[in-house]
Amino acid sequence: MQVHRFEKVWLGAALLLIVGFIATIAYGSVGVGVGMVDDTGGQISAEAVQNGNTDTQFDDPGVVKEDGQYVVYVVARQFQFVPGTGDTPIRVPAGANVTFKVTSADVTHGFSVVETNINTMVIPGQVSEVSARFNEPGTYGLVCHEYCGAAHHTMGGSVEVVPPEEYDMQQENIDQSADDAQAQEEADQ
Amino acid sequence: MVFVDSYPKTSKLVRSEFLVSFIALGIGALFGVIQALHRTGVFRGFVSSADYYTILTGHGVLLALVFTTFFIAGLFTWAVANSLERELPHRIAWSAFWIMLTGTVLAAVSIIGGIVGSPSILGHDLEADVLFTFYAPMKAHPAFYIGAALIIVGSWVAGLAYFKSLWEWRSENPGERIPLQTFMVLTTMLMWYISTIGVAVEVVAFLIPWSLGLIQNVDPLLTRTLFWYFGHPVVYFWLMPAYLVWYTILPKLAGGRLFSDPLARVVFVAFLLLSTPVGFHHQYTDPGIPSGYKFIAMTNTMFLLLPSLLTAFTVVASVEHGARQRGAKGYLSWLRNLPWGKPAFAGCMLAGLMFAAGGFSGMINAGMNINYLIHNTIWVPGHFHLTVGTAFALTAMAISYWLVPQITGKKLRQRTIATLQPYVWFVGMAVMSNAMHRAGLAGIPRRTAEPTYDEFAFEGVAGTVGEMRIQIAIGGFLLFVGAAMFLIVMADTLLARRGGTLSVNGHIPEPLSGADHSPRILDNYKLWTAIALLLIAIAYGPPLASMVADGLFAPGSPPIPV
Repeated sequence: MQVHRFEKVWLGAALLLIVGFIATIAYGSVGVGVGMVDDTGGQISAEAVQNGNTDTQFDDPGVVKEDGQYVVYVVARQFQFVPGTGDTPIRVPAGANVTFKVTSADVTHGFSVVETNINTMVIPGQVSEVSARFNEPGTYGLVCHEYCGAAHHTMGGSVEVVPPEEYDMQQENIDQSADDAQAQEEADQ
Repeated sequence: MVFVDSYPKTSKLVRSEFLVSFIALGIGALFGVIQALHRTGVFRGFVSSADYYTILTGHGVLLALVFTTFFIAGLFTWAVANSLERELPHRIAWSAFWIMLTGTVLAAVSIIGGIVGSPSILGHDLEADVLFTFYAPMKAHPAFYIGAALIIVGSWVAGLAYFKSLWEWRSENPGERIPLQTFMVLTTMLMWYISTIGVAVEVVAFLIPWSLGLIQNVDPLLTRTLFWYFGHPVVYFWLMPAYLVWYTILPKLAGGRLFSDPLARVVFVAFLLLSTPVGFHHQYTDPGIPSGYKFIAMTNTMFLLLPSLLTAFTVVASVEHGARQRGAKGYLSWLRNLPWGKPAFAGCMLAGLMFAAGGFSGMINAGMNINYLIHNTIWVPGHFHLTVGTAFALTAMAISYWLVPQITGKKLRQRTIATLQPYVWFVGMAVMSNAMHRAGLAGIPRRTAEPTYDEFAFEGVAGTVGEMRIQIAIGGFLLFVGAAMFLIVMADTLLARRGGTLSVNGHIPEPLSGADHSPRILDNYKLWTAIALLLIAIAYGPPLASMVADGLFAPGSPPIPV
């Protein structure tokens, strides 16, 4: 087969580019430690999530401390995050490792914290697990980014990242239902 | 001799296929501009935000499935007849057409049902607001799934007509190389057969019986995995016909000839091998899939860049050769010696240019970890409006200016509109797509009627959110104008009387480096199909096995209305 000299040069450069891309992604995974959403969250019955009888923390979603780590259990359902939507923001401390465990009670949803790496599909029957650390306190947007029905566009929420010292004052909020947290928040004001 | 006079029966089929595709383009473009104005908040008077998703489903299905598949069927029918110099077996080819049309009508009617109050038909609400990806457990009317299945089955039958033509040609021309255009058509169809198995199993084995109530549950992860097994190769099913045009017709329009036949064959074989074992790159952020399989898909995806990079070289080299044949000199000034005033040439070149931009944004999508930043944001439709929405769609429109006269014998009408049309599309897409990419970086999601939330506000990246909205609306409107201009030219040409001599013909000049230089092994379809299946078995075997190990329908979800 006849391959022109210019073609050979181009082919070599193209292969170099491709290997370079793969190398940067491998570095991002291994060197920087950007992990992939995978199967570590395990499976769950979507029907049980809907009925609140999974016998897991998803029956009472919110922030809990497990083995000294903050874990946020979130149930996505048409058309809200529990917690997350409306005046029940997800509250986490800045600077700490936080693991989000998200599952769906009905259809496929998305769970994306705007302008961060926290971005996962939420598929009925599966638990999505994402770990992150917020360095900056503030309010972050939370979006369902997969079409989930006629009012999909209303399915948003927020993540409130508070300085660690303030978060400690709200320890009592932890492990309470979202409604209690809201009442507490109003009392604080 | 004009194509329509040499092959009148095949010409009639191509005309029918193009007609359906153009109608789908018109309706799809109308739905597109409604969305562009609605989601940007410029004008929300056409539909409610709940019905927006019906319009969005129609836009996706009519453009990505109907416009593409029918246009490709027409182009391939022409290419096989033109390069093998024979009429296609018309009974098979027409059955394919009618099967696909039946499927299209079923799917379209069930989608439209959603904006006329979802009447109950055969015990199910007539609606299909499930978007182009129809992820279970959202449920559409069974007619939607049956329609989608028929479109796929029809395309399989169409492929049979191309293969039968080759077998007949072979018996008359033993030992000859498969002509390049037919080689490209058949390689694409082989890729299509392999990849559509995924969606066929999803729809026929799971979604149709589930939507009819014959089975209670389906596994949402398994069905979407089967969808994406098909969902990336379908992209190449759109792209490879555009490549066929760029490799075999565009050099001629530039005044030259293809640079290298062997390299063109290598590129198509590479697509056959690598198009399918990459589907997990659409599921990078899916739970339930071990990251190792995502890494394999990422590596395959990156190597899939190679045939496109080779294409960039060959197409540019061929066009440059054409310009030099026209007397051009200099390193870059040859660009001026090209027929930019001819819509077929200009459209293909602008489509290729935008495809390069789309290729680069696609590399971000393919980058497993950087993809977190843009997954399911409006960046993604920004990307694929450059690829399927321009590389394919603008090439299809441009080559119609060249091809429709040959399958009708009628001269192209409304030449001024035709000459301007590719530029209108290009500008509209540049305006809309750049804003969509930037809005995606700001985290603004795709597939939503109103991307504003009570809980927080998006902040612009390299521009303000308001400015991006205006650009998306203006760009979307220009694209609608571009589609309308194309349809006016086509309608006027198709309705005109025949007369005068055509200035175009389907003769394809011999490549500079011809088929004699390309190894015969490239034409060995059995070998390449076997390797393609092996790569798929590696990429998909273990993860699919683990998904079905716990039961085909578990973890299960019953149908949920939207």
